[in-house]
Amino acid sequence: MAWKRGRGVAAINYPTGMNLGGDPTQALVHSTPTGNFMVTLSSVDLGQGLRQVIAQICAETIGVPTEWVTVDTADTDTGPHCMGTFASRGTHRVGNAVIRAAQEARQVMLEVAAEELEADAADLETDGKGNIHVKGAPSLSISIFETALAAHFKHGRSISGRGMFLVPRSYPETETGAMKPSTCYAHACTVAEVEVDDETGEVRVLSIKNVFEIGRALNPKMVEQQLIGGSWMGMSHALYETTEPYYPLRDHGARDFNEYLMPGPGDITETEIVVLERPSGDGPFGAKGPGEMCANPQIPAIANAIYDAVGVRVDTLPITPERVLRALRAQQAAA
Amino acid sequence: MKLAKTYFADERNDDFSEIGQPLPRTDLRGHVTGRTVYFADRTFPGMLYLKMVRSPHHHARILSIDTSEAEKHPGVVRILTAKDVPQNLYTILILIQVGPEDEHVLAEDKVRWKGEAVVAVLAETERAAQEAAAKVKVEYEVLEPVLSIEDALKPDAPIVNEHHGRNYYLYDSGECRKIRFGDVEEGFAAADHILEETYQSSPIEHAPVETTGCIVVPEANGRFTCYTNTQAMFFTLDNASIILQMPGHRLHMVGGTVGGGFGGKVDVIVEPIAILAAKLTGRPVSFIYTREEEMQISSPRAAEKIVMKDGVMRDGRIVARKVTAYVDAGAYSRHSPYGAQKAAAHFPGPYTIPNVWIDSYCVYTNRTPSSAMRGFGVTIADFALEVQMDKLARLIGMDPLEFRFINAYRDGDMKAHRQPTEGAALIECMQEASIVADWPVDERFMAMSSRVREG
Repeated sequence: MAWKRGRGVAAINYPTGMNLGGDPTQALVHSTPTGNFMVTLSSVDLGQGLRQVIAQICAETIGVPTEWVTVDTADTDTGPHCMGTFASRGTHRVGNAVIRAAQEARQVMLEVAAEELEADAADLETDGKGNIHVKGAPSLSISIFETALAAHFKHGRSISGRGMFLVPRSYPETETGAMKPSTCYAHACTVAEVEVDDETGEVRVLSIKNVFEIGRALNPKMVEQQLIGGSWMGMSHALYETTEPYYPLRDHGARDFNEYLMPGPGDITETEIVVLERPSGDGPFGAKGPGEMCANPQIPAIANAIYDAVGVRVDTLPITPERVLRALRAQQAAA
Repeated sequence: MKLAKTYFADERNDDFSEIGQPLPRTDLRGHVTGRTVYFADRTFPGMLYLKMVRSPHHHARILSIDTSEAEKHPGVVRILTAKDVPQNLYTILILIQVGPEDEHVLAEDKVRWKGEAVVAVLAETERAAQEAAAKVKVEYEVLEPVLSIEDALKPDAPIVNEHHGRNYYLYDSGECRKIRFGDVEEGFAAADHILEETYQSSPIEHAPVETTGCIVVPEANGRFTCYTNTQAMFFTLDNASIILQMPGHRLHMVGGTVGGGFGGKVDVIVEPIAILAAKLTGRPVSFIYTREEEMQISSPRAAEKIVMKDGVMRDGRIVARKVTAYVDAGAYSRHSPYGAQKAAAHFPGPYTIPNVWIDSYCVYTNRTPSSAMRGFGVTIADFALEVQMDKLARLIGMDPLEFRFINAYRDGDMKAHRQPTEGAALIECMQEASIVADWPVDERFMAMSSRVREG
């Protein structure tokens, strides 16, 4: 009787956005009189930090620092329609709508600056620090602060823009299933290392190494938090979780976090993340949706590692100690 | 975390000032100091609490409902039954033409799962609402339940949901979403080995820190403000508008930061009945799931069953893959017809296989309705696919990682659903994993590219 080690691999892909498309999102962007920018949406921040990534997307597009952008969202009286925050669609769909709105606002901003500078709007560029100048002539410059004031009080121009993003809906062909489920896919490969107690069926996850390809990491720190959280969820799905452990008996259904099994702090394993970026053709700055796929590859990688360790397959989730032990006993009985 | 910048560097413009910056989140300090405001942090004078009377049976006919004792309970203000709901029959995806309407806000003639909402009790306190709910008498005639995918699909199975008239969702393609690519039987005939395996899963809870709920305030101007943690503001508004037969301009949804969604907050269950309660009482109404309701009542990730049959050659090429997938929707559709369809699109995984046959079923049983959850349609499919890949590799005596390189999809490869592959990066992920995990593979695999096929 002993702890036996094994490792397993899994490789996956994952579509960005609602399956088959048809999931629109709109955004509005406008400048305040002193050149701060408001993004107005009805999208929901689930705690993953949608507002932060949207602020960075808007700031990059307008050409201002991120802290100049405020995101007002999740109010149906003010924000235009968004299909919702699900299906790994937030960054991709909302981000694209915000880019379009911000481009329109930027164009007005440059037109006003052009009048102030007596230049052509097409010859202007932003320095990302709050100034607009003539390309190749940094001294011919006006601040965005001054530009916004001039737009409001002198030119009567609204520095604002509307953005809409929609992947047209695909309808599957009934006989062949020909369809376009998504415009871009994220990828992952995970290697899990486990230790299995062949006396009790208990599984310890020793390490999880994840490689994710997500198009572009718009904010690497936020990417990291989401990918690590997802990796833990995948580990939890593999070994612990269900609401109905002895279905169709419902008596054992968990009612709280004491009864609903998940890995505790002591069970969370060493988690390594590597991110690759192959920009998508239609994502905001090439981004894809990493939100869902990051929780998937750990499940089969752990299942495969358990087989590598003790030579039994548990093809039913979750892979509880009871199921591992039953499989080990069946294996011994067969030997 | 490491950003591996060498891969695909020629496809990227990294010349940005805000994009790619690891800026701290502006909401971070609020989250970690407890100052972030969630919907349930609000209180309003005169607020009522809503509690549901729920079915104790998997499947039963409702013979009678007697609320007389409950109405007399101190603090009870109003009790709602099916007849109080203007458009009681609904389904959430009707907005994108995925019908039929198959679920009642409050049960009418039957209950179809253990936990289904039958009567809503409104009282001055949570405790009074809970106590009064226990005094509602519902008489049931217990019916034979259907508790598994296998039983549901038997020809003589009891019908779970009369609005479907059969125990599976009827797609325009028939009893399942189908994919037919190449000739799968020809592929099996040519294969060196055949492997057929079955994979299963159980329902999984989203386990958000914040449970599902809303607070509705009837405003002086005749509108209703609904503070909600829904993941989809207009989805909720539009469905509530249909159920309540109330023009959308009278509804105002206010969200904010949600304490975790994971797909558990897109079902539009709490808002319509709470808005109705606020309308009928003229008072603010709070309807927030207890942790037990969040775990046992709100839709989980579906239980699934996936049967996968593969034909593989000794050299490692998979030449045929046939998948029959079943998603246990439970008693009602919610988002499960979408999930089963997404599964069909996902198979046969990120591999180029010349002969593919996919049947993906959405099955109705007397189980707690399942619905959206992070990756649904794909998560369990990936479990099945990638364990199957491991088994196939070992069957032909090949390294499991090298086996995946042989079959990995590349740009330009035609997928089973007849879209050419674009932007593939599976090979590069596996190459990096080989290095990071110290799992060496043959150099010909390290020289591969997702962008071009060698030779």
